[in-house]
Amino acid sequence: MGIGIVVTSGKGGVGKTTTSANLGTALALLGQKVCMVDTDIGLRNLDVVMGLENRIIYDLVDVAEGACRLPQALIKDKRFENLALLPAAQTKDKSAVSPEQMNEIVTQLKREYDYVIIDCPAGIEQGFRNAVAGADQAIVVTTPEKAAVRDADRIIGLLEREKVGMPKLVINRVRSHMVKNGDMLDVEDILDLLAIDLIGVVPDDDHVIKSANQGEPAVMNHESRASIAYRNIARRLLGEAVPLQPLEEKVGVFHRMRKFFGLK
Amino acid sequence: MVSVEVKQVTTVKSKVTIKGTKEGLVFFMDDACSFDELLADLREKIEHSHQQILSGPLIRVSIKLGKRYCTPEQQEQLTQIIRQKGNLVIHTVEADVITREEALAERLKTQFSVKVNTVRSGQVLEYDGDLLLLGDVNPGGIVRSTGNIYVLGHLRGYAHAGISGDSQVIIAAAVMSPTQLRIADVISKPGEEWTTNSGGTEFAYLENDTMLVAKMNYLPRIRPELGEQRL
Repeated sequence: MGIGIVVTSGKGGVGKTTTSANLGTALALLGQKVCMVDTDIGLRNLDVVMGLENRIIYDLVDVAEGACRLPQALIKDKRFENLALLPAAQTKDKSAVSPEQMNEIVTQLKREYDYVIIDCPAGIEQGFRNAVAGADQAIVVTTPEKAAVRDADRIIGLLEREKVGMPKLVINRVRSHMVKNGDMLDVEDILDLLAIDLIGVVPDDDHVIKSANQGEPAVMNHESRASIAYRNIARRLLGEAVPLQPLEEKVGVFHRMRKFFGLK
Repeated sequence: MVSVEVKQVTTVKSKVTIKGTKEGLVFFMDDACSFDELLADLREKIEHSHQQILSGPLIRVSIKLGKRYCTPEQQEQLTQIIRQKGNLVIHTVEADVITREEALAERLKTQFSVKVNTVRSGQVLEYDGDLLLLGDVNPGGIVRSTGNIYVLGHLRGYAHAGISGDSQVIIAAAVMSPTQLRIADVISKPGEEWTTNSGGTEFAYLENDTMLVAKMNYLPRIRPELGEQRL
């Protein structure tokens, strides 16, 4: 039986889909059987970021309505043999699927796959409830901005009420020079407020945008710093103790980061 | 015939007993007779029999109802009769009994509750009585209570103490940096009337309808009665 992990944030545009795509791919590269589920019905993106848009035949709503069987709707990624995607419908909206149906679909997928990565839409309405319904764990994505952190806090409060366990935090798009100048919240401030476990800090990296446009997850590039960060998150999910990457060549920050993982 | 009448007078026990004390007069109301009998006897005493002692300079009057429950209207009836005498000033009306609702409200007021959790954005923690929160209140989180609020953590959100109008309550926090504070119906945000300074434990209170924040060691001077409220 696999594990369902929902990737959520509350606020839009902080990198849920990017994180889902890269985390799913990174887990697949590490030898896990992974299925990614896009629950953003009406505004699907995960297929675009993964470069699988042109292969969609059936989608999540078709499966929920019984128009096709679940395996028929899954798109196998040809680049990674153990990676699959269940795309969202583009012509319906969030109410086309119920939390019970989502739970049923994710439970079915968990029998087949080690990890089911559920990409959650922005907001706290039906789309959120659908995405959370089948999840065993949650990853909350935020950026070092006040508004994003505020929404992450709200989402953590909502997740606590669901049966989903203690969520893990990804801080995305950190710009080291802005943090250094005090123009951006630093990791410590965010952790102090949200009080949940940190599982990764992803630096702001142009390569992420470039690769998303090419339909190729950033983790496929071994040079990019964001790619290393995503792969480390995947390794930590598998239980490895991987120290945080330095955001830049600066001992002070590195040591502070390590402190959060109890390595120092 | 005559003897019978005398007997009647002696068996009818007085319903209203008036006693003089240093503080003024105390009216003890019998609690076993009917309310109408009580009214009749009081009227008799005020208007006729006790004219002499009840006249003169201003006198403070306390009414003791014993174990009789009087509605506010009934209390008004009693005080109205006494007020006929211009020199009698009603000070207190006391009974040894209260209704179940009043008892419950009283109990809730003195109740003390301990909560252990982080109040996150969009969450509301509301309580009757004093509240001790072991955890943070994050921005966008709300804590409301009819009594005092003590936060043993970081208060970054919004706290409202005395929501039913009690202006004597305080809001204390180990780290005080709220978005907004309210006590009774006074609303205040940091940087207006007050700023937090020390980073140590501080508390907010009302003085002349203005919110002030002080360090915890000023509490015994500002609200000494806080420790004595509970039995």
